[in-house]
Amino acid sequence: MNMKFAGLAVLATVALGAQAQDLTGAGATFPNPIYSRWFSEYSGSHPGVKINYQSVGSGAGIRQVSQKIVDFGASDGPMTDQQLSESKVKLFHIPTVLGAVVPVYNVPGVNAELKFSPDVLAAIYVGQINHWNDPRIARDNPGVTLPDHQILPVYRSDGSGTTYIFTDYLSKVSPDFQQRIGRSTSVKWPVGIGQKGNEGVAGMVRNSQFSLGYVELIYAEQNHMSYGQVKNAAGKWVKASTDGVTAAAAAAIKTIPADYRVSITNAPGPNSYPISSFTWLLVPQHFDDAAKGKVMVDFLRWMLQNGEGEAASMTYAPLPKPVADRVAQTIGQIR
Amino acid sequence: MPLAALAQNEARTAEAAEAPVVPDTTGVRAFLMSRGSGSVADSVFGVLMLVGALSLFVIVALIVWMLVHNSQLSIHAFGMRFFRSTNWDPVNGDFGALPFIYGTIVSSLLALVIAVPLSLAVAIFVLEICPIPLRGAISFLTELLAAIPSIVYGLWAVFVLVPLVRDKFGPILEKLLGWTGLFVEPNFGVGVFTAALILAVMIFPVISSISRDVMRAVPNHQREAALALGSTRWEMIRMGVLRNARIGIIGAIILGLGRALGETMAVTMVIGNHPDISKNLFNPAYTLSSVIANEFSEATGDLYLSALIEIGLALFLVTIVVNAVARLLVWVVTRGNTAKAV
Amino acid sequence: MGSSLNAPSRFRNGARTLTDRLVTGIAVFSTILVLLPLVAILGYLIYKGASSLNLAFFTKVPVPVGQSGGGMANSIVGSGIILLVASVIGIPLGIAAGVYLAEYGPGSWLGHVIRFTADVLNGVPSIVMGIVAYSLIVSKQHHFSALAGGIALAIMMVPTVTRTTEEMLATVPTALREAALGLGIPQWRTIVSVSLRAASPGIITGCMLAFARVAGETAPLLFTAFGNQFWSLNLNQPMAALPLQLYTYAVSPYDEWHRLAWAGALVLILLIMISVTLVRLFAARNSLAGGR
Repeated sequence: MNMKFAGLAVLATVALGAQAQDLTGAGATFPNPIYSRWFSEYSGSHPGVKINYQSVGSGAGIRQVSQKIVDFGASDGPMTDQQLSESKVKLFHIPTVLGAVVPVYNVPGVNAELKFSPDVLAAIYVGQINHWNDPRIARDNPGVTLPDHQILPVYRSDGSGTTYIFTDYLSKVSPDFQQRIGRSTSVKWPVGIGQKGNEGVAGMVRNSQFSLGYVELIYAEQNHMSYGQVKNAAGKWVKASTDGVTAAAAAAIKTIPADYRVSITNAPGPNSYPISSFTWLLVPQHFDDAAKGKVMVDFLRWMLQNGEGEAASMTYAPLPKPVADRVAQTIGQIR
Repeated sequence: MPLAALAQNEARTAEAAEAPVVPDTTGVRAFLMSRGSGSVADSVFGVLMLVGALSLFVIVALIVWMLVHNSQLSIHAFGMRFFRSTNWDPVNGDFGALPFIYGTIVSSLLALVIAVPLSLAVAIFVLEICPIPLRGAISFLTELLAAIPSIVYGLWAVFVLVPLVRDKFGPILEKLLGWTGLFVEPNFGVGVFTAALILAVMIFPVISSISRDVMRAVPNHQREAALALGSTRWEMIRMGVLRNARIGIIGAIILGLGRALGETMAVTMVIGNHPDISKNLFNPAYTLSSVIANEFSEATGDLYLSALIEIGLALFLVTIVVNAVARLLVWVVTRGNTAKAV
Repeated sequence: MGSSLNAPSRFRNGARTLTDRLVTGIAVFSTILVLLPLVAILGYLIYKGASSLNLAFFTKVPVPVGQSGGGMANSIVGSGIILLVASVIGIPLGIAAGVYLAEYGPGSWLGHVIRFTADVLNGVPSIVMGIVAYSLIVSKQHHFSALAGGIALAIMMVPTVTRTTEEMLATVPTALREAALGLGIPQWRTIVSVSLRAASPGIITGCMLAFARVAGETAPLLFTAFGNQFWSLNLNQPMAALPLQLYTYAVSPYDEWHRLAWAGALVLILLIMISVTLVRLFAARNSLAGGR
């Protein structure tokens, strides 16, 4: 009995420790490395403010913010018009950084850097190419001895913005892919195995020989994984890098609409890395709780001023200046 | 004593006398109960307990209502086709649960095939063969394993079992059983077989410890009688122990099956999460519970969410049916038994 | 068997002995075969986990992705709070239902219905409990919360507690109750001070079994407690929990996180075992001397 009362007392104290400055966000795993760093730094320099971000996938970010269950969402695939109209809150897409999706692979015996042309990537993921020594892969990689072993494509099992970027790109370059699979945060993959999060895909590829996956650049970098070059719209082989992503953004900058929902995959220009994308925070236009709204706005201002500077060191590309200026105005409209 | 309370008491006594439903209510007890239960505190306490009991009912009703209510969209859109269709396509909003049902059933049954003989062998060993000092150690270890959370099994499976299946077991199985079409390369270590293995390890403590308890409950004179008739130890076990304990053993197996069907985390981590129906056990697959774990929180679109909840409903119904079958089985066997024995 | 007794030939006996030896051999072999992975899991866990444990693990919160260091202090505390909520709700409810079944409703139709409901509830997969808690609590409250996670776990505890309470009360001799009632003690007092008291060791074991079962559950927390990389003691907010954090770490590609996952797994199991043992000891001292 005594124990129970003690328990209740603890519960009461616990519940009273409520703080209004706690924000909860959910969404993309693609920018999670930099978001978790930002939120950790921000709470360090602003005592009492905690922004809890769970990288549960872009699909979850969209769903949970639309249902008003989290305070903000995050996605690397822009929400569709239908999703926006179904949402219970009006949302701003706030671009934060840009990143690249890279094809990571684990092929024992191959030391050279592999090259993947767009149609090969598409063919692997629709199941037309299923061996590493397929002539179409060999054609792109002259001089490399490829093993006669089946390819294990790894994809995202959760609703994912990384999947959106990747399928968006493959749909642009391969009509067959667009028709058979299409672009979305979750699609029906005909082959391969699914893993949760960028973390899961990277972990799987790392642990499984002869596998191929797609992850955000930083996951490949942090884990010292091999990732291939991709042929861009100008016909050049490009390896993913901050510069390549910035070039892609620069090429697309004029086409960015007022709500920032833009796809910059397969961007023109000789230096553009073709599988690049913005990643967005999905922020309600109006916060019911003014205190929460203020924390959100303060954070976004801090992000533009201080956060962007850290992007490059994490292999993300910061927002181009004109975009950052426009974002600053949008932030001002959050109530 | 107030009149009303007296009347109430009389009514209760009358009730107790009229309805001898309760088997252990002797006349003395009924009298004592009625005499001692006049106070308000007693009725309050009784009501409180009743509320506790009814809350169980309310919870289950809420679960059923919620599952049925929230899956209406999908039920109306797909009808029975939901359980026959192999298409799970969030882009086009077409959902079928067959691959998940298949993955759940195959991985669970395969786990049973692996775990049941081993569990029974261990139960027999511990109870009938093993030297007594060792018995405690093995029982302790088995109990310890039952306390390990599913997520820890998953962790171990990812880092130890998957490479083992890929590099060691896989090639051997393919050589020996490749001709059956059940074990065909490529084997990436992630798939139905690995999931079944980890499930088998997880349900082993359940089946083994319960069947051990059941066997222990077999009276010793059964064993002595068999031995006295000149049976060997195995014959004694077979006729004296296993035959008498079979009802409980079946119960233990079904409990294990129940656990395997609903198991989520460990399976999600090693089954490959690919909705595919294939005879090849090295192939990745998907289970009902894994698809919920992976996709529930991010199901964009109401139909998608509704389809996932219908999967939850299916999982719920399957576990209830399994439980009901177990009960029926036990009931039938018990009746058969009591008629013959005693 | 009868025929073998009628015709006890040497060949037959030989075959019987052989079968016996064979079966014994199989049993011994199976035991070794099964014990191997079991020992392997425990050994590997202790080996990997212990080498990754340090003070920071128990005092620090997780660091941003890809950086080294950090610990799981918030997850350990979070798990403790969620489990406390679950126990405070689940155990009294379960015991009440068990008391009703054993003392008021044995043999009544309502008793049968409740008993069946408890069995149904016991069979509900944990992931389904997760969706139920999400739909009934989280989506109504409009935020993830530790409370929702605690309630999901509480519901999972109830059937085990109910059934053990009922079974344990059934073993209390009727004479004991009659003696108490005969002394003029009201029924509720009899149940609390005599029946429950006498059955308490078994009931506590049942509660601990239920506790241990839910302590490592991940699936019901995925959509309820949700996780948190900061300290949070607020029941109405997302909260970190050991199993959730373990899952995140386990599927990640980072070696550092893998180490933390092993350490977390070891700590989780140790915490479960320690709390179970402590409560058992406590219960053993406080139960009726003649209880067992």
